[in-house]
Amino acid sequence: MKWVFAGLVAFSLIFGIIGGDVAAVSDAALSEVQNAITLCLTLCGIICLWSGIMRVAQTAGLVDVLAKVFRPILTKLFKGIDPNGKALGFIVLNITANMLGLGNASTPFGIAAMRELEKEECTGEYASNNMVIFVVLNTASLQIIPTTAAALRLKNGSAAPMEILPVVWITSLAAVTISLITAKILSKQRKKAGVK
Amino acid sequence: MNVSDFAIPVIFVFVLVYGLCRKTDIFTEFTRGVKEGISTVLDIFPALFTLVLSVGMFRASGGLALISALLSPVTNFLGFPGEVTPLVIMRPFSGSGSVAIFESVLGQTGPDSYAGRVASVILGSSETTFYVIAVYFAATKVRKTRHALPSALAGDLTLWILSGLVVGLWFY
Repeated sequence: MKWVFAGLVAFSLIFGIIGGDVAAVSDAALSEVQNAITLCLTLCGIICLWSGIMRVAQTAGLVDVLAKVFRPILTKLFKGIDPNGKALGFIVLNITANMLGLGNASTPFGIAAMRELEKEECTGEYASNNMVIFVVLNTASLQIIPTTAAALRLKNGSAAPMEILPVVWITSLAAVTISLITAKILSKQRKKAGVK
Repeated sequence: MNVSDFAIPVIFVFVLVYGLCRKTDIFTEFTRGVKEGISTVLDIFPALFTLVLSVGMFRASGGLALISALLSPVTNFLGFPGEVTPLVIMRPFSGSGSVAIFESVLGQTGPDSYAGRVASVILGSSETTFYVIAVYFAATKVRKTRHALPSALAGDLTLWILSGLVVGLWFY
């Protein structure tokens, strides 16, 4: 991620100079910090709401029930995960939220899952293979109905906002499959290179 | 009306009623959860701030148009609509940024054109990759994300290559 950060900032200066509009880049730096705070405050409310719900669900044992139902499938994807651990339950909540298109809920569930994975697999400053697989599931789209895209299509006068559904399913499925295969292959290679 | 509209109140009520049935102190537990939520936000805030700042600067620099122009030989070769290239680049970085670009593409070409459909598929089939990786790992002590980024980008690249192709096969 350090290269992404450096790249973005360096290229904005370079492109700013090429395009003759460094002032815009400078203005953006000052206004974006404000946007970051606003975004964080918005997120704060949503994350608190879902963390509250999540905590109740966890204490009441609901998370464990969910984990039990999906255990057979998920233990195949997440090799070596503790089948009775908390991580599995949060992974189920996160995936469900993603499929329903509750992007805001999936973040607190996902973070809880990452923390539990960290506790269970304690790999220090290195990501474990299961963490990578879980993150990759979240960087791909699992959403069944792409509500944002459909709503914006409708707003812009589409005759059939939902006609893209089958194509979205095909392409998202292909993308997530390729991501997971890549993760599997790379996890082996990096292991050989001496990273645990 | 869609599933997402129902989801929040239904889940909320269901979890609380389930908690009551299991004799959980739902009020105390909920408030504890909220407290944990605050600390989660504090944990992810630095990563979020950094990403929003650097992506915002990049957008303002006009670099998107330049990169899109440089990529036009590749997109022409793939039969990918050039108007949609900025969306492909912005999508992994920023949700609000990509929605803004998406709307301008729809405004230019119309939602039911080839480019409009490809843009819709891109927006509907992907997530903000960099945001997810930054925020999820920021909540842990992990500093070496290993193969997370290359694997995630392999998926985004697949989507970029396939979207134009599959839209072409499906609709035309």
